Amino acid sequence: MDAATNLTTNATALSGITDFLSETWAHILAEIPFWQDILLPALWDGLIVTLQLVALTAPFGFLLGLLVAVARVYGVRPVRWAAQLYVIFFRGCPLLLLLFILYFGLPSVGIVLGSFLSALIGFILCNSAYNSEYLRGALQSVKGGQMTAAQALGMTKLQAVRYIVIPQALRKALPGVSNEFIYLIKYSSLAYVVTVIELTGAAKIIASKYFAYFEAFAAVGVFYLVIVTIATLSINRLEKKYAIPGTGAGKGT
Amino acid sequence: MSEAVSAVITSAPYLLEGMGVTLALVAISLLIGFLCGIALTLGQVYGPRFVKRLVDIYVWFFRGLPNIVLLFLFYFALFPMTGFDVPAFAVAVVVLGLRSAAYQSQIFRGAIESIADGQMLAARSLGMTRWQSIRTVILPQALRLSLPGWANEYPVLLTDSAVAYVIGVAELLTRTAQVISKTGEPMVLYLTCAVIFILLNYGGMMLIQRVEKKVRIPGFGNNEVTDT
Amino acid sequence: MSDTPILRVENLSKSYGDLEVLRSVSFDVYKGETKAFIGPSGTGKSTLLRCINQLTVPDDGHVYLNGEEITHSGSKINEYRQKMGMVFQNFNLFDHLTAVRNVEIALLKVKKMDKAAARKKAMFELERVGMADRADYYPAQLSGGQAQRVSIARALAMDPDVMLFDEPTSALDPELKREVLEVMRKLAADGMTMLIVTHEMHFATSFASEILFMEKGEIVERGSPADIPASPSFERTRAFMGTYEE
Repeated sequence: MDAATNLTTNATALSGITDFLSETWAHILAEIPFWQDILLPALWDGLIVTLQLVALTAPFGFLLGLLVAVARVYGVRPVRWAAQLYVIFFRGCPLLLLLFILYFGLPSVGIVLGSFLSALIGFILCNSAYNSEYLRGALQSVKGGQMTAAQALGMTKLQAVRYIVIPQALRKALPGVSNEFIYLIKYSSLAYVVTVIELTGAAKIIASKYFAYFEAFAAVGVFYLVIVTIATLSINRLEKKYAIPGTGAGKGT
Repeated sequence: MSEAVSAVITSAPYLLEGMGVTLALVAISLLIGFLCGIALTLGQVYGPRFVKRLVDIYVWFFRGLPNIVLLFLFYFALFPMTGFDVPAFAVAVVVLGLRSAAYQSQIFRGAIESIADGQMLAARSLGMTRWQSIRTVILPQALRLSLPGWANEYPVLLTDSAVAYVIGVAELLTRTAQVISKTGEPMVLYLTCAVIFILLNYGGMMLIQRVEKKVRIPGFGNNEVTDT
Repeated sequence: MSDTPILRVENLSKSYGDLEVLRSVSFDVYKGETKAFIGPSGTGKSTLLRCINQLTVPDDGHVYLNGEEITHSGSKINEYRQKMGMVFQNFNLFDHLTAVRNVEIALLKVKKMDKAAARKKAMFELERVGMADRADYYPAQLSGGQAQRVSIARALAMDPDVMLFDEPTSALDPELKREVLEVMRKLAADGMTMLIVTHEMHFATSFASEILFMEKGEIVERGSPADIPASPSFERTRAFMGTYEE
């Protein structure tokens, strides 16, 4: 091959590359309005609904979980059994199925909750069942001597549980409960299936409407990664702050 | 009520088939998660720095995204890009498996890190290579220590597998919904479906407990390892 | 006795950051010798042993096994290590294997012996340390002294040219020390070449052919157990050791 042809080949290759780059660039420029005017606003709206779901579920899921845990550890036998059945059902039933029962099933027996409330109640039931397991373990791990010492001071059983056992147990359950919070952020996406337009729902609608599956799901993926990462980092901080010195809870780093 | 009962009975074979699909989904995903999980762990614990970083990113990605988003991303965007027509079941298995790998790798990592350094030193002092030491001394111990955490992975995958509904895999939940759209009776059929899931959950757990008992070694593995 | 030492250590040095753990340590070990390294904790004795079989890579210096250099020997080190049995302070038995499986695992995986031969050899070694009746026990079911004897059997099974003992009795209760000591004394009497790191004086003097005192990463004094008490610096060393004696 002589120098001249070599040069032409190079030139062709070069123009091929520049063509490709300018095409890509044009493509990106053409995409900007779609992202700016359609995709991102929709995802922002969805994000707000997701955050609402999470923010409303977390406190109720926690309190209900604590109630179930206390019932399982300190309740009389029928209460213990009821609590255990609760945990077995809501942990064993897939969350998606639970949402179907609440949204599609209940109306057939005359209870109409609507989509947002169905999702919210489903999340609270599921979240509380998982939380109750962490809390139960934590309650049971508080040594018997603590209870005895509290009662020796004249506290009633209820007071001893309330002021001595639960505060210790809460700190022990913190890693599990906060882990569950991270899961909650992710499984809040299931609300989309019962027509709540949260993040995933918003992405799915845009994806189908504009046939932009990759863009929509990649973008919504970034949203979730950012929320989950922020939540994880905040929780790590919280755990460090509330660890009791010498109780070895801060080991898992 | 009798209508509901007959709806359950006539649809039973169809639902049981769905149960089979669910179990296949879970079993294959667990297996993929197990194999990829071990590979990830070995990379993360023993690999060079850039491999550790890659595994960190992998775990961060798959643990940071909801199942449903992963399924949509792979089913509607990533697999179609390859040009192959991949069936929904395969996509679900790949997504659930890769995601489980991220979780399982962290269980294995916790287990490996809890094994005393002396075990590796002793193995190397006998002339074993690094890989021989990992294979014959570290992994057998790590796998046993992982069992409690791993036992947790089965119910998680089982309940997660229902999400495959959103891409139309004909598993138990999808089939229940299909039956309901024909016969009505949503409450009874959904509750039947829930009971099947719960039974599968407990059946599987009991099986795992038996395995745990079988491979238990006196005085070994009392320190439980779960993923955090 | 041949002229080539079984083990030659030349100017071995090792630092961790600013801390010099070993400073140019040199000595030769001939067949059948038992050398005891004594000195207070943190004087580099254990590091010395690990630098010999390269579990810790020394910064400087050379180690020769039967005249062959094993420092910088790459993957060939795995062959050399088989010739240098090591016994650890906290036994490091493989926790998931029974006593006999602990002894045969390297025979199977490293020496590629067939199952029957490996089992036979493992039982022979367990017999030698008086542990044959505990062959099917797991490490957690053994006392410290028993576990240490199994770990000695595990090292012996590789037919080593030299045995490296790293504080073999310091993790044991006094009454359990004796059974391990007896096994080691018998090995020495049978002509095994041994390097023992210890901070227990009477231990070292009871059967070592040479005693080397280490302090701050250096050998400061050496001699036969009979010579040492006469040496002037011995008083100082013994005073130093005194805390460990009782």
